Amino acid sequence: MSQSLATVAYLGAAILFILSLGGLSNPESSRRGNLYGMVGMALAVLATVFGPRVSPAGIPWIVGALVVGGSIGLYAAKAVKMTQMPELVALMHSLVGLAACLVGFASYVDTSLQLEGAEKAIHEVEIYVGILIGAVTFSGSLIAFGKLNGKIGGKPLLLPARHWLNLIALLVVIWYGREFIRAESVADGMTPLIIMTVLALLFGIHMVMAIGGADMPVVVSMLNSYSGWAAAATGFMLSNDLLIVTGALVGSSGAILSYIMCNAMNRNFISVIAGGFGSGAGTPAAKADGAAAEPQGEVTPVSATETAEMLREAKNVIIVPGYGMAVAQAQHTVFEITRTLRDKGVNVRFGIHPVAGRMPGHMNVLLAEAKVPYDIVFEMDELNEDFPDTDVAMVIGANDIVNPAAQDDPTSPIAGMPVLEVWKARTSIVMKRSMASGYAGVDNPLFYKDNNRMLFGDAKKMLDEILVALKS
Amino acid sequence: MTSGASNDNAAAGAAAPTPQRIGVPREIFPGEKRVATVPDVVTKLAKLGFGVIVETGAGDLADLSDDAYREAGASIAASATELWSSADIVFKVRPPTADEVALMHEGQTLIGFVWPAQNPELMQQLAAKKVTVLAIDALPRTLSRAQKMDALTSMAGVSGYRAVVEAANAFGRFFNGQITAAGKVPPAKVFIAGAGVAGLAAIGAAASLGAIVRANDTRAEVADQVVSLGGEFVKVDYEEEGSGGGGYAKVMSEGFQAAQREMYAQQAREVDIIITTALIPGKPAPRLITAEMVRSMKPGSVIVDMAAEQGGNCELTEPGKAVVKHGVTIVGFTDLASRMARQSSTLYGTNLFRLTEELCKTKDGVINVNMDDDAIRGLTVIKDGEITWPAPPIAAAPKPAPKPAAAAVEKKSGHGHGPGGPMPAKTLAIIFAVGALAFWAIGSFAPAAFLGHFTVFVLACFIGYMVVWNVTPALHTPLMSVTNAISSIIVIGALIQIAPPDAGANGRPDQLILWLAFAGIVLTAINMFGGFAVTRRMLAMFQK
Repeated sequence: MSQSLATVAYLGAAILFILSLGGLSNPESSRRGNLYGMVGMALAVLATVFGPRVSPAGIPWIVGALVVGGSIGLYAAKAVKMTQMPELVALMHSLVGLAACLVGFASYVDTSLQLEGAEKAIHEVEIYVGILIGAVTFSGSLIAFGKLNGKIGGKPLLLPARHWLNLIALLVVIWYGREFIRAESVADGMTPLIIMTVLALLFGIHMVMAIGGADMPVVVSMLNSYSGWAAAATGFMLSNDLLIVTGALVGSSGAILSYIMCNAMNRNFISVIAGGFGSGAGTPAAKADGAAAEPQGEVTPVSATETAEMLREAKNVIIVPGYGMAVAQAQHTVFEITRTLRDKGVNVRFGIHPVAGRMPGHMNVLLAEAKVPYDIVFEMDELNEDFPDTDVAMVIGANDIVNPAAQDDPTSPIAGMPVLEVWKARTSIVMKRSMASGYAGVDNPLFYKDNNRMLFGDAKKMLDEILVALKS
Repeated sequence: MTSGASNDNAAAGAAAPTPQRIGVPREIFPGEKRVATVPDVVTKLAKLGFGVIVETGAGDLADLSDDAYREAGASIAASATELWSSADIVFKVRPPTADEVALMHEGQTLIGFVWPAQNPELMQQLAAKKVTVLAIDALPRTLSRAQKMDALTSMAGVSGYRAVVEAANAFGRFFNGQITAAGKVPPAKVFIAGAGVAGLAAIGAAASLGAIVRANDTRAEVADQVVSLGGEFVKVDYEEEGSGGGGYAKVMSEGFQAAQREMYAQQAREVDIIITTALIPGKPAPRLITAEMVRSMKPGSVIVDMAAEQGGNCELTEPGKAVVKHGVTIVGFTDLASRMARQSSTLYGTNLFRLTEELCKTKDGVINVNMDDDAIRGLTVIKDGEITWPAPPIAAAPKPAPKPAAAAVEKKSGHGHGPGGPMPAKTLAIIFAVGALAFWAIGSFAPAAFLGHFTVFVLACFIGYMVVWNVTPALHTPLMSVTNAISSIIVIGALIQIAPPDAGANGRPDQLILWLAFAGIVLTAINMFGGFAVTRRMLAMFQK
């Protein structure tokens, strides 16, 4: 296959990737979108393998590597539980990062390409930046993986003077970058390159360690973005437009997701990266100031049987799931309850907050897994106006995303964050283990409202009881 | 005995926080059956630290015996005189009569309906007594916090329900349609004018009895509430001009009124029962149903005029009476809430309890009339003998709180549908300036080959931006896994390194690169196959 044919095939693959992302605009077309992605990827790989840049000697190696990697990947995809999706995605980001590093190093030691002057400098900057992003993505994603599956605690780790540490690391990286470009031979350049890689790895670890559990959706989408930029940098390094296009697509996708997540928490992107949310540093101070805003009164507990009674008599029900539902693995019971109620003619809908769960769209996937039809699952903005006409709003394992303080109390740490207005429903029922506050560490005045009832206990167990009571 | 003890308490009350006593007299207005508290509420008031005294027989007409109050922890006063003299706070339903005012003493607090605008003389009398008066009817209803104390709303709800019951009583037929062995009975048709609290309660009650319910209101936004209660919203056929103006004044133009009269006339011919609830604050009730319309109604039809006290929505209404004119029963009772004394007493008592909670945040049985609190400031019409009515309009202070939130929400309403509104011009200018500078720098120093790739890169970023904003938020997780899968395109980098045709040239370390590239392919293959497979698995789960 000639170079021109390979280039045309790459163009085809790039178009297929764009169509693939475009297909995700609705669930109907999304399956075809995924297929486009697969075809595009196959096209790109085949065009490369049979193209002018790969000699037949390499083919056994390539096939072997693809078989090994492919079988691991397929096994992982089959075995993973839907609640573990965020972990899997984080782990996969780390693989992309590591691969970018390896390709970068291989490209640097490859002496077959002889460049001069500005071209050489630019090529080396590309290698340097590519490895930098790859290494940050790799270590950051590994830490995110650890945090998501609980191997590493969710509490943010805050080193003293952490911003200074990051700044110093950045300066050192830039200085070694200069050294690297000035290096005459590969051996000379290797030292700055390795020092930079180590620093980048440490920076990735530090960055994610400093981020609290509730900010995970931002981190996961940010790492998604990084893995794209790593691919784009590799593309520059290898002068390959397909890599550049794909990397840019993935990078902007992740960036937009991060932006949406930040908006949904009313948080500035920089402050998420700087970390420290839910660390308790800002919260007590705010509480002292807003003593008048301290929620007061008594909570009204309710039993599972009474809840079932309320649900049965309701016409409109909105269920607001949060991370607690995922932890308790309660989505199947939720679906059973939904089905029972819908059979009785109750209009049951789901309200999803953009940051519910640990990654963008996490709740939607869990509900889809439990066979909840997606046309009764709505976004916050679509549903918020309907709460006044809702008889029962049931909150399962969520806290901050239904906190009225975000709207009423300007001193609240989460003030201005868009929330689901469950308190406007005639009755709201909050299912919770205890009165502990959410990730943001903010007390929730919703619990003390007159029309709110608290259903204490493990979400799965309580939902099972509600289901039994509903069916009897 | 009781009286003596309480006088001591009252005297001591000024010095130390001795729990105050709440007195509930028997209502003496003719026909008034309600009472300002019920035994359940007495228990709750006691928890706040208050003592409660109830005049003997106060709850008799609402089926609440002295014994029930006593069991709940209240003491019973034998006479009105004893009650008024021993209570620090008095809960009432109707405004006090001159005789009752005479029984009050300095420093006492009165809570109940007062209607300060309609009763200027009463206000003067109360002020002369140097008492504090909280008029529950003066509650600033726009405060959401005030809803739990809103007695006007709870009374209107009871009245609306009772209006339907009165209509059913006067109406000689079933409300619901039935098919019996003796033949078919059509359902009753009910038209409700005005969908405020009373109107909505009436819609709910009539619909649950099985009638076909229609309702109208000049505020189009209540249409959804009407429908949610089982009613049908009847529009005035004057849409084009009315909606064009948008404002309330325009809607009430002559053309609109003519169209509205036409609509009422048509409803009058069709329906069996009309319930009118239309009120305009501070003005006589609008005349909606003319004598002509009453004549056009079917014999045996019923009109319940809930605005009878303010002159009536129907020309032929006689306030306080049920009369039959032109074969139509016109019910003009003004005491609908009192006719359900037990229910309305419970609701009213609860409203007053909620108010007491606001007044006594310390829960030590002593009220604090905090004039800095918007809700309490609005309610307080006389403070220690000084007339403080009307309250100044609620200061703008509490308003900004919801406003920024609303604005923030509005700004972010673009989630998933687009990147929101346009940026401010200044930000945009800065971005463009920085962008231009960056491009200039790149153009001056970068070689041509790089620029080609750079063009592709920037355009691809824009395509990605446009495409990804169209992704539905529900599919964000699959989006991440599919982008993750396609980012394993990096495999191409490893593929072209593993065994290029020019291997070995210039002392290339083939073996090292081979292994690096091999590892790279394995890693990306995991990602590629795993990513696409898991996306496929997820997407297959999304079903309608």
